[in-house]
Amino acid sequence: MSDPVLYMEEPDERGRFGEFGGRFVPEALIPACLELEAAFIDAWSDAAFIEEYRTVLREFAGRPTPVTPLLRLGEHLGLRIFAKREDLAHTGSHKINNVIGQTLLTKRMGKRRVIAETGAGQHGVATATAAARLGLECTVFMGEVDTERQILNVFRMELLGSRVVPVTSGSRTLKDAVNEAMRDWVTCVADTHYCIGSVMGPHPFPWIVREFQSIIGQEASRQLADFGVDVPDVVIACVGGGSNAAGIFAGFANTSSRLVGIEAAGGSAVGNGSPGVLHGMRSLLMQDEFGQIEEAHSISAGLDYPGIGPEHAHLAQIRRAEYYAIGDEDVIGALRLLSEKEGIIPALETAHAVAWMIREAGGALPTGSTVLLNLSGRGDKDVAQVQAILHAES
Amino acid sequence: MKSLERDLRAVRATGRKLLVPYFMGGLTNDWIEHVEAAVLAGADAVEIGIPFSDPMMDGPVIQEADLRSLTFGTTLDSICDDLSRLDAAVPLIAMTYYNIVLHYGLERAAGKLADSDIHGAIIPDLPLEETGPWIAACDGADVASVLLVAPSTPPERVDQLAARTQGFAYASARMAVTGQSAGGGDGERVVASIRRTSDVPALIGIGIATPNQAKEAAEVSDGVIVGSALVQVILDGGGSSEVEALIMGFRSAIDS
Ligand SMILES: Cc1ncc(COP(=O)(O)O)c(C=O)c1O
Repeated sequence: MSDPVLYMEEPDERGRFGEFGGRFVPEALIPACLELEAAFIDAWSDAAFIEEYRTVLREFAGRPTPVTPLLRLGEHLGLRIFAKREDLAHTGSHKINNVIGQTLLTKRMGKRRVIAETGAGQHGVATATAAARLGLECTVFMGEVDTERQILNVFRMELLGSRVVPVTSGSRTLKDAVNEAMRDWVTCVADTHYCIGSVMGPHPFPWIVREFQSIIGQEASRQLADFGVDVPDVVIACVGGGSNAAGIFAGFANTSSRLVGIEAAGGSAVGNGSPGVLHGMRSLLMQDEFGQIEEAHSISAGLDYPGIGPEHAHLAQIRRAEYYAIGDEDVIGALRLLSEKEGIIPALETAHAVAWMIREAGGALPTGSTVLLNLSGRGDKDVAQVQAILHAES
Repeated sequence: MKSLERDLRAVRATGRKLLVPYFMGGLTNDWIEHVEAAVLAGADAVEIGIPFSDPMMDGPVIQEADLRSLTFGTTLDSICDDLSRLDAAVPLIAMTYYNIVLHYGLERAAGKLADSDIHGAIIPDLPLEETGPWIAACDGADVASVLLVAPSTPPERVDQLAARTQGFAYASARMAVTGQSAGGGDGERVVASIRRTSDVPALIGIGIATPNQAKEAAEVSDGVIVGSALVQVILDGGGSSEVEALIMGFRSAIDS
């Protein structure tokens, strides 16, 4: 008998998940990637490091986050729904899990400074927060368009002692912020770690970020048992780069659960993309017939990314996970329904996953299914935008 | 040995230092004339940028050139078409990002470049571990796959890069993207590290902005690559005569 196939294991030695992943960066950055890989492998097998990571998450970041049964929404949709409450983690989303891990790793490598890219500002705020807590210097690159859309998050980062650099190149959004962070990293790599915000970039980043986020799935799997749920029928998460999805999928990849990732229709790398190389990785990307990267357009800045993490591209290709897209028009209604039925205002990113659940209840999600929803973040950051949209509609 | 390396070695054998300017393909209607002006003014080879939407290794000047050229609809094919008008006999080297040739098809791209008399290619987001398929494609088409060596590259890796590179070795003078030119840079040390095991032509690039910097770099290498300083002149509206003057300035400094 052959060994059973295991999903979401380590990438191969070239950083590949199947045909995706790899390390497509200039020679100048290769030593830093190798150093990071060695440091992570060493740290992740060191009980003291893992204990420190867990302790900071517990004492500072509010973990474990609860699992909440969504009874009224469940009744409304004919589903049995459980939400993993990443919105209750410090700074309001799952981003803190990754950032705590990477900043601890930064200190372990003897570096004194971190840089990060951010779209909506969630990862930037999380990085600024962890940097303050651990005494690291922090610079965040943010597309100029996003600094205007998310002016309060810019101020938050500054309050936390970070410097925010508006990126004026290209489309002045998330993909350009990643470019600019990479450009900056080349100049300061000796004392600076690039704290990337999702399961993307060159090897080992997609793997490291998934490992630091996998605490979501591990906790949820244990917590569901308390509700008498052995394995949920379906696990659902929204996907920008794919870190919250990777984190929750990791807890269920080797069970019978269906894994479902929801992209924004205007940033759908699985639905509308093709294989290509960007930001250090081979993955699925939205691009034109000449290989020029297209700009993503979504109501939620956190899903405004033309690519997807390479492990998701692989999971899609081998059909271990399914990916669907939700358009802007369905997102606000989903946000309102969750708010009214459950007393939880989700982030616009998260609302995409909710919208899919609403759309597919009784369809792709058969009535009576047990569903685990990753509630990746809270909606406070989006309230003004939602108000403006509803005001314009009325 | 690929023809690019033969050509560059032949120039070196005469005692002349190589001057290699960079032009963004399709940046203006008359970009081919700019290339010709540079050759008249003493360029020994020319690097031709094929624009990409996300030039991760380039600073603001070349980024702007990429985006401006793309708004004119520039593609690998359109650049090759334009080059059929080029009236100059110097080696041409393409510089682009991996997604462009990957999307075109590696073998098809290498064949297209060679057919257009482009006998070298620099793809800065392809490090040693990932370059195999592209080198294989280039080997089928007399295109030299030029590898970069960085100031941060450790000695064993420099040896591997020096052994694998074709045409020449691109010694980056700085831990920086194109266009950053403060300070003296590490070009001399990088070239020396290549020289320990290889006599492949070694050119210094990244931040050669002034004739004086070019002169100093050429003294410790086989020549220099001049990018952003030249592209800036063209972005500012300079034409063939400005290009010619700039290149003559670099030429005479290097030769003095
Ligand atoms: C609440 C929330 N969910 C999801 C995302 C998307 O990122 P990822 O796909 O990496 O989880 C973001 C990104 O900003 C976010 O803020």
